[in-house]
Parts: sequence; C-alpha cells; structure tokens
Amino acid sequence: MTKFEINDCHKKTIKEICESFGNKRSELINILHKTQGHFGYLPEPVQLEIALNLNMPLAKIYGVVSFYSFFTMTPKGKFPVSVCMGTACYVRGAEKIVEALEKELKIKVGGVTQDGKFSLDCLRCIGACGLAPVIMIGEEVHGRLEPQMIKDIIKKYE
Amino acid sequence: MYKMQLLVCSGTGCRASASATIVEKLNESLKAHQLTEEAQVVTTGCFGFCEKGPIVKVIPDNTFYTQVKPEDAEEIVTEHILKGRKVSRLLYEDPENKEHIIDSKHMGFYQKQMRIALRNCGVIDPENIDEYIVRDGYSALAQVVTDLTPEQAIDMVKQSGLRGRGGAGFPTGLKWEITSKFSSDQKYVVCNADEGDPGAFMDRSILEGDPNSIIEAMAICGYCIGATKGLVYIRAEYPLAIKRLEIAIGQAREYGLLGNNIFGSKFSFDMELRYGAGAFVCGEETALIASMEGKRGEPRVKPPFPAESGYMHKPTNVNNVETFANVPVIFLKGPEWYSAIGTEKSKGTKVFALAGKINNVGLIEVPMGITLREIIYEIGGGIKNGKNFKAVQTGGPSGGCLTEAHLDTPIDFDSLVAAGSMMGSGGMIVMDEDDCMVSIAKFYLEFIVEESCGKCTPCRIGNKRMLEILEKITQGKGSMEDLDHLRNLAYVIKDTSLCGLGQSSPNPVLSTLENFYDEYVAHVKDKRCFAKQCKAMAKYTINPDVCTGCTICARNCPVDAITGEKREPHFIHQEICTHCGVCYQKCKFNAINVE
Repeated sequence: MTKFEINDCHKKTIKEICESFGNKRSELINILHKTQGHFGYLPEPVQLEIALNLNMPLAKIYGVVSFYSFFTMTPKGKFPVSVCMGTACYVRGAEKIVEALEKELKIKVGGVTQDGKFSLDCLRCIGACGLAPVIMIGEEVHGRLEPQMIKDIIKKYE
Repeated sequence: MYKMQLLVCSGTGCRASASATIVEKLNESLKAHQLTEEAQVVTTGCFGFCEKGPIVKVIPDNTFYTQVKPEDAEEIVTEHILKGRKVSRLLYEDPENKEHIIDSKHMGFYQKQMRIALRNCGVIDPENIDEYIVRDGYSALAQVVTDLTPEQAIDMVKQSGLRGRGGAGFPTGLKWEITSKFSSDQKYVVCNADEGDPGAFMDRSILEGDPNSIIEAMAICGYCIGATKGLVYIRAEYPLAIKRLEIAIGQAREYGLLGNNIFGSKFSFDMELRYGAGAFVCGEETALIASMEGKRGEPRVKPPFPAESGYMHKPTNVNNVETFANVPVIFLKGPEWYSAIGTEKSKGTKVFALAGKINNVGLIEVPMGITLREIIYEIGGGIKNGKNFKAVQTGGPSGGCLTEAHLDTPIDFDSLVAAGSMMGSGGMIVMDEDDCMVSIAKFYLEFIVEESCGKCTPCRIGNKRMLEILEKITQGKGSMEDLDHLRNLAYVIKDTSLCGLGQSSPNPVLSTLENFYDEYVAHVKDKRCFAKQCKAMAKYTINPDVCTGCTICARNCPVDAITGEKREPHFIHQEICTHCGVCYQKCKFNAINVE
C-alpha cells in the first residue's frame, strides 16, 4: 500500500470542511465524519491538517479517531465486506461465516485483499436479525447465509 | 382519496430483501393497469414480523402478505387490486393447523402484542408529516403548550409511571422535574439514539417508522423543563433513520411545529442532529454528552448529574428514543389510561427485539408483566427446528441469561433484575440446546473488552483478565480455581467501575455461572462441551464403515495426525490431533464424527 501523500488540493478540501463547521473544536466528530466521507479513511497527514485548522493538538484528534470504531486509518477495499456480529447472528453461526470469508478472500478480519478489491470487517447489529446471519457488501445485505454460500456471493463481485 | 392502499414495509430487514424493488414493481404494475387513481403504494416503517418479511399489507381489507418477492407484485395487482381475489400463496400460514390467516391481528405473533411506542410503525408513511398529524400527531404538543403549565405537564408524566426505556428504568417524570428546577439561560433536551446493544433495533425502527413522534415528545419535554433546544444523538450507522428524521424535522419547521412561538404560545423550540461514531459506551449519558461536544466518549463521575451540568455545562435532560415515543400517548389518552397497563412498578409496554433460535424473529411490543413463556411460545412461535429451549438473554452485554425456571416470571424492570438480568434496551436472544453458555459469556466479554473506554482500571483490565480466563476454559485448559477467580473478579468489577457499562459488564458471566454452573464444571473437569461448540474440546474420529480411503483428510491435516492406506479406512491419532476440524470440513462422505 502506498503512503498517503497530502497535496494542496487535499489541504484545500480539509480547510473547507473545517470552515463549514466554523472551525469549532466541538464539531470535531462531524468534521471527521465529513472528511472520512471524502477521503474514505483518515490517514495521519489528514489528521494533522485538521489539527492545524482547528488549532488543537494532533494527539487529541488521534485520540478521537482511535476511540470510535466508525473512523478508520486504513483504506477499505472497493467492496467492503462487513459481517454482522450482533448476538442474533452470533448464535446463528456468524463465526463460521467469518471463517469462510477469511478463507475465500485469503485475508484476516481488518485486512484488505492485495488487489484492493475487498476488505473484511466485523460490525455490530445492523438490525436485520430476521435474516441472521447476515453480511453487508458495500450497501448490499446478504442474509440467511451458510458458509458454503460465500464462494458464490464473492464471485458476483469479482 | 384512494380506494385501496398497499403498505410496503421499508424497515431495514425488509429492505435487505428487496422491498424497495417491490415498491417499484407495484407502482409499475398499477400504472400498466391504469389503477393509479384507485390504489396507492405507501412505504411504511417496520411491521415487526421480520421473520416473514418483506411484508405487503393491503387496506382497507387488511390482507397481510408475507415473504413477498418483486416478481409477486404483478399478481398482487392483477388478482387482488383488479379482481378482488386474495393471493392465497402469499398469505400467512398458521403453523399449527396450516390454515391461511388473512388479517395480521389473528396471528399468534400479533395477538398478545400491544402497540404504544410502535403505534405508527407499519401504519403511516414516515416521510409524510400529514399522515402523522391525521393520527392525532402534534395534538399532544398543542394541548401541552396551550392548556398546561410545565408543572402540570410534568405531573401527568409522573402519574403515568413512565420509566426510562434505555436500560436502568429511571422515572421519566422525576427526571424532567429535576432538570426543570435548575435555572439557566440555556437548557437542552437530548434524545439518546445511540443504540449499541448488539441484537436490539427498536430505536432504529421507531426513528425509521415514526420520526415525528420523537420530535413531538422532545418539544413537550422542552416545554416542561424550559429548554428551547433539542439534540438527537444518533448512530452514523443508521443512514435511513437519519434521513427520515431530517425529513421530519424539515417538515415540522415548515408547519411551524418547530421554531418560534409554537401554536401561538411563547414557547419556542428547535432541534438538530449529532452523529455518533460507533462506541457502545456512548449510551451512558455523560459519555454521550462528551461525544456530542466532539470529545472521546468517556463517562465522568456523577454528580453533578446532566440535569445540573450536562451538554456545554448546561442543564440537560437525556431520554431514550422509546421513552420519548411513549410520551405523546400519555397526553392523548391520559396518565390513568397509561398507568393501568403493566405491573405495579413498571407501567406501560416494552418493545423487545426477539431474535436468535426462535421461529418468529421480529420486533414486538408487549405490556409489562407478560411472561417469557408467552413471548417465546405464543408470540415467538417456539424454538426453531423443534429443538429444546435453553436460555434467553436479555439486556445485551449488560444483562444476563434467564432459564426454564424463569419462563413464568412476569417481566418488568424489577423482576428481571431480581432474576440476575436486566431490561436493558430490550434485546431478547433465544438460545437452544446447541448453544454453549460459556462461549456466550465469552462472546459478550469480547464485546465489552472491545468497547470499554479504558478510563477506569477495573473495567479496562478486569474484563480483559476475565476474558482470558474464559478463553482458557473454552480451550480446555481451565481449572476449578479459575471459576472462583472469575466470580471474585466479577464482583470487584461490579463494585468499583465508574459507569454503568463497567458495573454491569460481569452480568453475563455471573448469570451463566449461576444458572449453568454444571456446564462450566464440565468444561473444566471433564474437558467437555455439551453443545459441541468449543472446538478445542471436540474429539474427532473416523467412522470406518463410511470412510472410503480417499486420503483427502490425511492430505489436509496440518499436523499429520491422520494415517491410513489408500482406499482403506483412515484413523485419527488423538495424541497428535489439535482439534482444528479441517478433516471434518474436507471429508466429502461425512465419515468424520465429532463428539
């Protein structure tokens, strides 16, 4: 993976986002949401740029980024795969689905495939307990899964 | 006016099964048959019966179609709308006598339910404020701001006996009264919509299905406590709920139901959204407030309570979504009506997210005091695949497991605590004989360890140590001493943690230790897992009668524990086997037995 190089265009975008929230520190979480929405993730140079704009320590920004599971410092794949690990899915075999996905994609949870196509994560309850166990690929939900179904589902995206 | 309406569920579960495409197809079909003047398609919030979704309900004849597919749309229109004949293959089938049931109110799933908080979910179009207003929406707010003083209104909430639905069950009216007594130039009403409990989705369903009820209730609360500003702290993971709430707020502003001088009174109120970013601890009110201020969501010592010093150090009243959803009804029907429902100390109804190994998964709302047996066997339709009931977990990671012995206990805030669990936000996960209770306790602890904010030591380190002990036990390396350590540690964490998350985090362990001690002992002493879930304890053997000697198991075994000649039955050497289960997965002839 190549390191994120920040350029003037990026800096301008970040400045605009911070300004749209009045450069207020109390709006940090909203600023991070918006920035992540733009870049897809929050690498260190981006956090530093936010810190400069809001005139607050980088450590504080990093503290917030690392605290919340929604924020990520690694880029996601083109098709982010998330396995629901809510209790309903867990008791209906979500762990076996994770194993099947790890095997199929040859990555561990939290990883990205080498071609950058898929990333694999676990998330908490998406509220589709009636379809448990479920996974989300991008915005699409696949439910009532069995481990042997994984292969065909992944194929559809390749 | 339309003669007929087709209500299509657009809750998360049904949308995942293509309910949006069903809406499209229904509209196309209505257009093709020139029925757009006669019938209308309405997207509604969750009907609750997620197991049978996607659901399409036709009114006025109340026909309830289940598991509808996009390709069924044409038939519904041509048969039902055009010719007036019901599509019987899409009707719900009674599991007992196999008869078709047309109207949902005759289904076992709905018969024992009573819908107050979910009153409009699956009934109205949540993106259209007029539909809410037609169903008496905003008339409670009108009554409160024009006829009542804040004190009178608070009294009514107190009389109703409403308690906070977020978990702890603090009396709502009392909370409002305390906040109203602090004077300040600015006060805040906060709605806690950071539903983080894995397996609970009632708040999301209310916000998606009836967002206006929350706006109305927050405005009422604002009038009572003297606040002009409302904030909804909502999970960023709920894009649909956010969208619907934004639409509702916009429409309410347009109608003058938010803004200055509401209903011509001196009362002004407006609200905005704040986004959460995925932290379970932010359900705790002081952590939630820290998060709204843009900081790490760490709880702080109380007092001062948020009622005195909350958001931006101003008096703040925090209530949960479901609590707010109950408020307008109290004013519409009167506190006496409300307090007549439920048990002595827990009034009204409670929404539960029923899930796990149960036939009818879904969102249910029942009066307090109903028994678990009624919920599981009558509403839930019993255990999936005819297995035996083992336990039901309530209250999520802060709750505990209830067993067969508790099936006839009337459920309310206090009885659940007495039984070693808690109401929590209302997740209800049913487990059968195939679930290992030690693994379940481990599952919840993994969650807690991940979600602990790390501020106080007992929660940060204690839970980690407990998890390590449980891992040891599930790997077959535990000792009886470990069980004592586990219990001691649990009580220390309970007694010394700073916030509700830490104080309740050992509950899943304690309640499983209490109710399923034998299972722990079996793991420790006999190295056995009854449910065959703990892999490390499984014993793999080859059935020589079935084995064809294809050698696939031997070739795949990572530790070469399997030997045998080609086309002859193979053998697993137990002293080498690491219980990885690869042979079991690879065998094409089901010749591997697991004990």
